[in-house]
Amino acid sequence: MNWTWFHKLGSPKWFYQWASNWGGRCVYLGLMLLVIGIVWGLAFAPADYQQGNSFRIIYIHVPVAVLAQSCYLGMGIAGFVALVWQMKLAPVFIKSVAPVGAVMAFIALVSGAIWGKPTWGTWWVWDARLTSVLVLFLLYMGVIAIQNALDDQVFADKAVAVVSLVGVINLPIIKYSVEWWNTLHQPATFKLTEKPSMPMEMWLPLLFSALGLYLFAAGLAMWRMQSEVLKRERKANWVKKEVMSHGV
Amino acid sequence: MHPVRKKRMTIIAVILTVFAAATGLVMYALSQNINLFYSPTQIAAGEAPQNVTIRAGGMVVDNSVERKKDSLDVAFMVTDYQHTVRIEYSGILPDLFREGQGIVAQGKLDGRGVLIASEVLAKHDEEYMPPEVTDALEKAKAQ
Repeated sequence: MNWTWFHKLGSPKWFYQWASNWGGRCVYLGLMLLVIGIVWGLAFAPADYQQGNSFRIIYIHVPVAVLAQSCYLGMGIAGFVALVWQMKLAPVFIKSVAPVGAVMAFIALVSGAIWGKPTWGTWWVWDARLTSVLVLFLLYMGVIAIQNALDDQVFADKAVAVVSLVGVINLPIIKYSVEWWNTLHQPATFKLTEKPSMPMEMWLPLLFSALGLYLFAAGLAMWRMQSEVLKRERKANWVKKEVMSHGV
Repeated sequence: MHPVRKKRMTIIAVILTVFAAATGLVMYALSQNINLFYSPTQIAAGEAPQNVTIRAGGMVVDNSVERKKDSLDVAFMVTDYQHTVRIEYSGILPDLFREGQGIVAQGKLDGRGVLIASEVLAKHDEEYMPPEVTDALEKAKAQ
């Protein structure tokens, strides 16, 4: 297997230039798909036979909730890479993605509560799914807090990598909580191996908004990583040149 | 692989395994508390305590809902297709409450094995359908 791409990721300079090309494209394409998916879902997709229109919040709730978990999985992998290979970009990734993931987890919790009130009859229950997602949100908060509380950047990066890595244990708990225990929350809508549990005209807008949100978040992460790279590599010659070339 | 990296990887693997095992054991020990509700079978088997606030969950049995005309009192049977439990409740039911729907009720079991509920929540599944599709399905069933 060819590992060049992996070794290239070790170079902040190479990443900076690569992200300059792709960051914007991801953000704008993602936003476009997201808008299409959400407008389609909220205005044109059919209502549910049971829940009526309140089911439409699924077009926000599901993409956000899935992304919140994916962000943390990414951070866990980056934590592993940071601890084993001590690659410069890995802690940059964790630091940049944590706030994005935290916002996603927060929106997932809030949109879930708003959905729960009319359908279940309550804003919140301490069932396994809701609680484990709350734990995910708190893990994000922990990562952000540690990153900001420790002045020594090298030490902070290491601590955050450990928390990210260990917190990954929560992800299978979130995923399987609805199968292992009795919960109020229903099982997953998105299934990787089976066909979706809703007809095409309901499922396609969901796919659009999920893909759009992923792309948008990926682009956002690239932008955030770029500025973090500039900050960390400020003494490198290529950064000086890059900044000068923009007329600063 | 570089021996230093190999060593770090081993350490991480050991830490992760220990953490996962610890979490797993805690979850296993707490599994009775993590379950949001007791099923009718568990209640019939006497697993649920009496006069303590618990939750019971299951499907509302068809034709079992009795409403009082002059109050909000309602009583219905809940089943997991093996055992049934009678639930009595006074209050407003959620929109999704109907016969055949999954519900979770919070309350206390009395001596008769009836759950006197203080809160009734509706469960729904992950199958979403446009109303026309369900109409078509109903019609096909009727024929």
